[in-house]
Amino acid sequence: MAIELEHYLALGALLFAIGLYMALAKRNFVGVLMGIELMFNAVNLTFIAFSRFVSPATDVTGHVFVVFVITVAAAEAAVALALAMLVYRNRETIDVDRMDLLKW
Amino acid sequence: MEDTGSIVAFWLLAALTLGSALAVVVIRDLIRAVVLLITSFLGVAGLYITLSADFVAVVQVLIYVGAISVLLLFAVMLTPRASRDNAETFFQIPAILLTGLVAFTISLVSLDTDWTVVERGGFEETASAIGESLLDKYVLPFEMAAVLLLVAMLGAIVLVHPEGTEEE
Amino acid sequence: MLNQIPEGVVWAILFLPFGSFAVISLAALLGLTRPSTGSGRAVWRARLSGYLTMAAIAASFLLSLWALDSVLQEDGARIGFDAHEWVVVGPLRVDIGVTVDGLAAIMLIVVTSVSLLVQFYSQGYMRGDPGYNRYYAFMSLFTGSMLGLVLASNILQLFVFWELVGLCSYLLIGFWFYRDSARRAATKAFVVTRIGDVGFLLAILLIWTRTDQLDIGQIQHLAATGMIGSSVITLFALGLFAGAAGKSAQFPLHVWLPDAMEGPTPVSALIHAATMVVAGVYLVARFFPVFIVSEEAINAVVVVGAITAIMAASLAIVATDIKRVMAYSTISQLGYMMMALGVGAIGAAIFHLFTHAFFKALLFLGAGSVNHATGTFDMRKMGGLARFMPMTFLTTTVAGLALVGVFPLAGFWSKDEILIEAWAEKPLIFWTALAGVFLTAVYVGRMLFLTFGGEYKGGEAPATGSPSPDSSGESAKRTGQASEQGAEAGQAKPHESPWVMLLPLVVLATLAATVGFVNITGGMSDILEGWLPEETHELVAAGEFVLWISVVSVAVGLAGLGLAWAIYSRKVIRAEEVSAALEPLQVLLDRKYYLDELYETVILKGVIMRGAAAALHAWDRYVIDGVVNGLASLMRLSSEKFRLAQAGQAQIYGAAIFIGVVAMIAGVLIANP
Repeated sequence: MAIELEHYLALGALLFAIGLYMALAKRNFVGVLMGIELMFNAVNLTFIAFSRFVSPATDVTGHVFVVFVITVAAAEAAVALALAMLVYRNRETIDVDRMDLLKW
Repeated sequence: MEDTGSIVAFWLLAALTLGSALAVVVIRDLIRAVVLLITSFLGVAGLYITLSADFVAVVQVLIYVGAISVLLLFAVMLTPRASRDNAETFFQIPAILLTGLVAFTISLVSLDTDWTVVERGGFEETASAIGESLLDKYVLPFEMAAVLLLVAMLGAIVLVHPEGTEEE
Repeated sequence: MLNQIPEGVVWAILFLPFGSFAVISLAALLGLTRPSTGSGRAVWRARLSGYLTMAAIAASFLLSLWALDSVLQEDGARIGFDAHEWVVVGPLRVDIGVTVDGLAAIMLIVVTSVSLLVQFYSQGYMRGDPGYNRYYAFMSLFTGSMLGLVLASNILQLFVFWELVGLCSYLLIGFWFYRDSARRAATKAFVVTRIGDVGFLLAILLIWTRTDQLDIGQIQHLAATGMIGSSVITLFALGLFAGAAGKSAQFPLHVWLPDAMEGPTPVSALIHAATMVVAGVYLVARFFPVFIVSEEAINAVVVVGAITAIMAASLAIVATDIKRVMAYSTISQLGYMMMALGVGAIGAAIFHLFTHAFFKALLFLGAGSVNHATGTFDMRKMGGLARFMPMTFLTTTVAGLALVGVFPLAGFWSKDEILIEAWAEKPLIFWTALAGVFLTAVYVGRMLFLTFGGEYKGGEAPATGSPSPDSSGESAKRTGQASEQGAEAGQAKPHESPWVMLLPLVVLATLAATVGFVNITGGMSDILEGWLPEETHELVAAGEFVLWISVVSVAVGLAGLGLAWAIYSRKVIRAEEVSAALEPLQVLLDRKYYLDELYETVILKGVIMRGAAAALHAWDRYVIDGVVNGLASLMRLSSEKFRLAQAGQAQIYGAAIFIGVVAMIAGVLIANP
């Protein structure tokens, strides 16, 4: 059985779902961040798959896009972790469900 | 991708990626979770190679496996041991349901759509093509990304810098 | 014989008073007319606006004579000028233009001549009033509006001037706006006439939607040739008549006119004789070809006219204020004109309008002269003035007798003509009119004897007039007026007015005595009927001169005067006994048939305030406010609940985002299966 586009898309969807679950359900800030990184990876995988199977031979737009996503993800990780440090310093916790200062 | 090697490689890598990711979810210890996350990232990098995306695969290894994972490890290490618990919140059950729904929806859309697949082989190599388009067609986003990185770096430094120490 | 009048000159008749208004207003705005005391030149300058107004109206008068001359050459037929395009909006095309015909020419003469004499008189009457310039500006505008109304060739144009006349009357009735009663009277006049104007406006809309015509001549032609459906004509005519009834103070919209006495007396003279109120009669006459083809409309006119004539005359008998007596007299006489129009006697109607203008203006100016001397309008405080004011007495008497219709004064001829036509067309109306003649004679006699006969009762001291507990409250309303001419009032002996006020009286008295002869051969009626479409000629009433009617009408008039003499001068019959004998009637008349009460208590307070206003209030309070407040409460209550969703937790927000994503995708999938 040949590996087709749909395989990659399904794989991406599953990976995305796992990441989403982590982002939504994990209590630890770092866990949430890991979920988000997984979601980035799922999206990137989908980009590359489309670039391989759908776009014309000479077009590397998907790849370039992925490069930018990785760049932004790196920046995001740096800032998010800095924020985590800050929150921990101020509130003695990095539990996401206790960060509810914006509550009604 | 007709050859058996590619097929086997895909399934192995897919299993590695998803398995590691699931393990990241399940495992309670954050340090181990980060390590398993690294294997998941590596699996994705392998999948990039099966898609003949050599440059992106290398970047994936460098940045995700090399940089971001280290950052995550730092974050875990810098918080006290009591906060290394990878537990779920009260929101677990709704999150599972919602996640399942999202996975189902995305899969449905991706499988249901009639993609116009171009039959062609993989790339010979992509690094030079990406490099050319980054400095030609995408030069402006490229520069902006550079600025973004600088700002993020400065922002992170400013955020974690202890207050009142500038003058000292 | 002059050449036929060119169009530009006709426009000049109209625009001269408007120009005067503009110049005075502009000068007043620039502060050039500030009243100054001192040297003769300054005084002269302070009275400049009066001279300007008089010059403008005098010029209009001379040009009106030219217009009349041109019309005479045409035997009263229309001198039409091409209309000018004014507004074109889609299918609506409104022209603006002037028309001169027999009717318009006579009206021009009446308006300009009476207005000129009134302005002249006002130079004396209004001297020293702080609103002197404003007064003349408004008077110019008033006269100009009336001329525009007369000359209009388009019904919408006519309506514009019609409303301008209403506006000016509002401004002039409320001229002493610092007086509460004047403000009330002005508002009342404006609102009551506006009720009628609604009918007028509806009539215009009706005729435009049905015939696409706004040109008066075209409408007349269509109506006369039967091109418009009878029901449309009837509704159109009734709408016009509603407007006319409001303007001409016909029952039941007459209530504003007696109160309109709050304005300066010359204003009253102008309103009653030449402008405002005759506009309604003119309107009916102008659309006479329309009215005459509709049985219902013409009957409505005659019935309303008859009711008005009798009712107002009876009210005039009990009024104690000399200006109110005249106001009711005017209403009554307007009723006569309407009656005349109603029996198809347009010539007689306008002829009566013509003569009435002179003797009624004279009566008012005479009343103003009396007020000038005594400081009051209350006839019970006058008496014996014939000795002190011989000229005023003489001229007012001439006017009064003309009003009664004593041979050979002007009123005799016009009233006689109405009676003759009524006898020929509708005998019932004839008897009504004859009863009106009797009542007229009684109140004229009463007014003359109370004012000029007997002993002087002292007038009124300046500004100290205590409101007498008069049941109708008229005296209370009047007290402010006592100080109208405070400088002159309250002197031991009343004295004759200055020559500037007497001269118009004399001129008007001469006219009142003689203008009746202009129609002695029926020439004026021919002119007045010359413009009517041929199709309607046979519908116009044509009574032959009947000697006995003239004799009877004069006899009835003299009998009325005799009765008044018996009651109020000789006291053969005591007034108290008469009123005691007619107790219920007396109360009814004192209360003005309870019409004011009906309007104010029942309709205004009861129907409008309690009913409509309360309903609107309830609607506003419970529905409109309810919706607004309900929405607000709903928002508040729902936000009480919904804000709980703002848990402040980023993960719940993230979940919401993905619920949205799934919902959108599901929506797309369902929409495009």
